[in-house]
Amino acid sequence: MNFAELELLRATAKEAIKLRLGEEPSDNYKYHVLVCGGTGCISIGCQNTLEALRKAIDSHGLQDTVKVVVTGCMGTCEMGPVITVFPEGYYYCRVQPEDAEEIVTSHLKLGKYVERLCYHAADGSVQPRKSDMTFFKKQKRNALRNCGLINQTSIEEYIAMDGYKALAKVLQEMTPQQVVDEVKKSGLRGRGGAGFPTGVKWQFVLDQKADQKYIVCNGDEGDPGAFMDRSVLEDDPYSVIEAMTIGGFAVGANKGYAYIRLEYPRAIEHFTKALNRAREVGLLGNNILGTDFSFDIEIRVGAGAFVCGEETALLASIEGRRGEPRPRPPFPAVSGLFGKPTVINNVETWANICPIIINGGDWYASMGTEKSKGTKVFTLAGKITNTGLVEVPMGITLREMVEDIGGGVPGGKAFKAAQTGGPSGGCIPAAYLDTPIDYENLAALGSIVGSGGMIIVDEGTCMVDLAKFYLGFTQDESCGKCTPCRIGTKRMLEILERITKGLGKEGDLELLIELANSIKASALCGLGQTAPNPVLSTLRYFRDEYEAHIKDKTCPAGVCKMPRKGLKS
Amino acid sequence: MGAECKCHCEQDNKLDALFAQYKGNPNGLIVVMAAIQETHGYLPKDLLIKTAEELGVPLSDVYGVATFYAAFSLRPRGRHTVNLCLGTACYVKGAPEVQAMLEKEMGIKAGNTTEDRRFSLDLVRCLGACGIAPVMTVNGEVYPRMTAEKVAEVLAKYE
Repeated sequence: MNFAELELLRATAKEAIKLRLGEEPSDNYKYHVLVCGGTGCISIGCQNTLEALRKAIDSHGLQDTVKVVVTGCMGTCEMGPVITVFPEGYYYCRVQPEDAEEIVTSHLKLGKYVERLCYHAADGSVQPRKSDMTFFKKQKRNALRNCGLINQTSIEEYIAMDGYKALAKVLQEMTPQQVVDEVKKSGLRGRGGAGFPTGVKWQFVLDQKADQKYIVCNGDEGDPGAFMDRSVLEDDPYSVIEAMTIGGFAVGANKGYAYIRLEYPRAIEHFTKALNRAREVGLLGNNILGTDFSFDIEIRVGAGAFVCGEETALLASIEGRRGEPRPRPPFPAVSGLFGKPTVINNVETWANICPIIINGGDWYASMGTEKSKGTKVFTLAGKITNTGLVEVPMGITLREMVEDIGGGVPGGKAFKAAQTGGPSGGCIPAAYLDTPIDYENLAALGSIVGSGGMIIVDEGTCMVDLAKFYLGFTQDESCGKCTPCRIGTKRMLEILERITKGLGKEGDLELLIELANSIKASALCGLGQTAPNPVLSTLRYFRDEYEAHIKDKTCPAGVCKMPRKGLKS
Repeated sequence: MGAECKCHCEQDNKLDALFAQYKGNPNGLIVVMAAIQETHGYLPKDLLIKTAEELGVPLSDVYGVATFYAAFSLRPRGRHTVNLCLGTACYVKGAPEVQAMLEKEMGIKAGNTTEDRRFSLDLVRCLGACGIAPVMTVNGEVYPRMTAEKVAEVLAKYE
């Protein structure tokens, strides 16, 4: 495929999805029925809904005017199976196979939408279209731009949505330095958690002289409660493949590795399919788009180790070794995979690259806050009405996230805290609900943006138990290479176990804090350095809960099993 | 160990191809071991020795990798693998109760295999399906919104 052929394909492909973009289609289709095929919806039976819809559409003879498309995650995982009916974008939730008939007879035949299947907000109002839904109104989708809108592995639909426009632009009009400058200008920071400026990282690698350089995509998403990378890999794999190819051009690499965790079999399947398809049409491999630029990508499947999300551990794992981190410097930009200069970015970071190239770095930098530019994907989960995947401009307040997008805490319970950044992060209590979310503000509160997991907890959650949960996780996943992490987290966990059994004693909290600070200062990698955060953060805001466990031998939330009062244990 | 190894079956062709591809190349270690785990359900000792020889990696390193990654098992596994997610969302929504019931029904602690090799029970960290927590999978099939009450009914489906 050359540049002209790509544009030709885009023109044809665009015609086929015009109806979804609110434009007049030139084909016979009156409706596009999009069925969410994200992992959440699949597990609650969207396949049956899909079959019932297809059957009902056929039995009413509408197969020539109604197109059924399986897409990636639409975002509202709690309400699955969900479907969207275009052109208007009517959004139906919890659609069961028996609902198919009514959707066909009422909506697709008479144009009358089925109100009972629409989203009903907590205040009782009905929000029938996507554009009416508070869940979507405050979102701005860059990394998730195609998720839930196109067929997951169709390169045609991806191209129709401006896919490969960025790569074509880069290959035709830009020098490697210009590409790096554009990414720098965007202010994009690593979305995996560390928040390092992406453009600066690329510049380091571009400046290295080497016979071989590598591009790596970190798809070892491991923070419990975070699933944005899985969604991007499953639902829009080409956006990552195209971006990695652009990265290869920018820094002078012709080989890339996508490291995807074993727990995401569908991501591996879709990504593999997409790689093959991209190769087939000449958008990956030798002489891409007829130029002398060649680039290819190989998948490496993780073998189940959280620490491999740490970049040096991940590189060791690709090399076939135990995924143990090593001290930096040298940074991967200087000595990375197989000792060569390597750009390693997270999936979500890659997914932001193409829009930046197409629209310019200034456009991306116009979103967000002063130091945290652009948009960030968060996964809302836990005790929240609208569980799911959302992308918002940096600087949105926690209150907007929880109340407007998330629909508040269900069951009339009170919001207690938002846990952000997974086992490396901390919690933000109700008093700070109006804090604008960005890297700096969350750090000041003792938490982090991290990979974007946001777990909402209510009054029924014990913060000591939650801290114990996270520490149990990091202790379990500690690779054991450095002493502070291996032994320090173990000692901390033992103290927490004691406290939650009602066996805590005077001085335990001081010891916890002392251990936490030593581990933070001396652990080898990010896993260990951040492991004490959940403890320090809950101690900062919920010290009274710890003290109730230790002094009164009670768990205020009623979660921990304490010995009955008066009994000596 | 090794008794369960189905030698000279067609699965071995796949392994032989990988051995050839990565001959003398230690970088292929995890790829090869993942293939053994997949075809045999665990890592038989004789195949690990062969892996070490073919790829030119000390056997101690092979053992090091085998024990490092959660996906590798040195012992034969049950016919059905039950994975219970203990990610944060699942945890705060009741996964510990499901775990207690699973352990009671199977009569084993998590991380083990029942004596009749019917089930292996593993705890996993976040399957990324937090919207439908608590989540459990049996042989990859997802069971959303699990409760302790549903455990017996789900297990009964697997012989």
